[in-house]
Amino acid sequence: MKHSYLKNVSTLRMDSGKCTGCGMCLEVCPHHVFVMSKGKSIIVDKDRCIECGACVKNCPFKALEVKPGVGCAAAIIKGWLTGTEPSCDCSDGSCC
Amino acid sequence: MLDIVLNREIKINPTSSQLTTQDILGAWKARWGINRMNYKVEPGLYRLGNPDPNAPVLVTANYKMTFDALRKELTNFDAWILVLDTKGVNVWCAAGKGTFGTTELLNRLAVVQLDNVVSHKTLILPQLGASGVCAHDIQKFSGFKVVYGPVRAKDIKEFIQSGMKATDEMRTVTFSAYDRLVLTPIELVSTFRISLMIFGVLFLLNLIGIGPFGAVDFYAYVGAVIIGSVLTPVLLPWIPGRAFAWKGWFLGFIWVIVNLLMGWPSSEYSVLKALGYLLILPPVSAYLAMNFTGSSTYTSFSGVLKEMKIAIPAMIISIGLGAILILVNSFI
Ligand code: SF4
Ligand code: SF4
Repeated sequence: MKHSYLKNVSTLRMDSGKCTGCGMCLEVCPHHVFVMSKGKSIIVDKDRCIECGACVKNCPFKALEVKPGVGCAAAIIKGWLTGTEPSCDCSDGSCC
Repeated sequence: MLDIVLNREIKINPTSSQLTTQDILGAWKARWGINRMNYKVEPGLYRLGNPDPNAPVLVTANYKMTFDALRKELTNFDAWILVLDTKGVNVWCAAGKGTFGTTELLNRLAVVQLDNVVSHKTLILPQLGASGVCAHDIQKFSGFKVVYGPVRAKDIKEFIQSGMKATDEMRTVTFSAYDRLVLTPIELVSTFRISLMIFGVLFLLNLIGIGPFGAVDFYAYVGAVIIGSVLTPVLLPWIPGRAFAWKGWFLGFIWVIVNLLMGWPSSEYSVLKALGYLLILPPVSAYLAMNFTGSSTYTSFSGVLKEMKIAIPAMIISIGLGAILILVNSFI
């Protein structure tokens, strides 16, 4: 069964002009957000993006942008309470 | 010319693909939250099997459960395992925090003097570490080329044997019912403290004569907790809707309705009290389900934030109203 989360929320952006089609983003994205088309990477399904930041960090040509963050309610609440950036404190299996 | 020869000893720890009973017990304990924060292995270089200088180098985190999950897949295999100091946190979380990151990897490469141990220049990193590591910077500063391997340790052997080619399936994060089930004990354990507090308050209310709260209240609440922290996570993709809080609320609502049909409001449970529970219990499940976003593999920060901005005020209002109804009911 496929999971689907809220639509139209991800902050992912691509500057196609800078993309050289190196393919790195396809390699690191855990949710198949990109495909290669005519020598450039394109975003095929932005709603699958979890804002992990892997593509941005590994794009050698700075063609991608996202506001990375943890999709974790407990971390966000803690961030609100302590006035800090949300970050997760767990060390479990696939937590955060 | 001044020639400084650093003859530091290269420290290599032996390890194997065999998990001992102790390892298995330790993993079980960690799942239930016992000694979890301290479940670590020493960072450094490990030798698994009988690796020669051409053997592959696998990079991982120093959370013992992560390290064990990797080595148990490497039966009859020779490899080097480079364990980064992620403070006992798994790869995915540590990458998010940056401890499984570019700096730590560069440092660790230098500390273990990897270029004196292996003759090649390739590192295999778990794909989920990519959000912490910048592959082109590693190459630039250390000369080692980073190859992102499969998401799951069980595919690592196949990945290496097929010449470091990951299939689409190896690259995709899944989140099966079993994956979700093994995460629920910790969700349940983390509700104990707050649940005890609630029981304490109800007990005090009983003592001062507002109440009485008895067995039915207890099982109604426990039911809502189990629904939010176990049932919703396990049934996740089959529950209609997208937001986690909604999914939890929905099942919690069904739980209360079922209870109402099964005998509430009896003489002891007035309409007012039943209504109160209809307002209180579904948000309890919703809150716990919402907390599962942290364990899920497909939620984004922006998404969770959006969901919370609606869900949290709604929960507070609903629980507040419900509490008023129940208190009013106690006085009449
Ligand atoms: S990593 Fe950057 S340059 Fe390479 S294909 Fe992706 S967007 Fe284009
Ligand atoms: S932020 Fe993560 S999930 Fe989103 S596109 Fe980049 S790699 Fe994929």
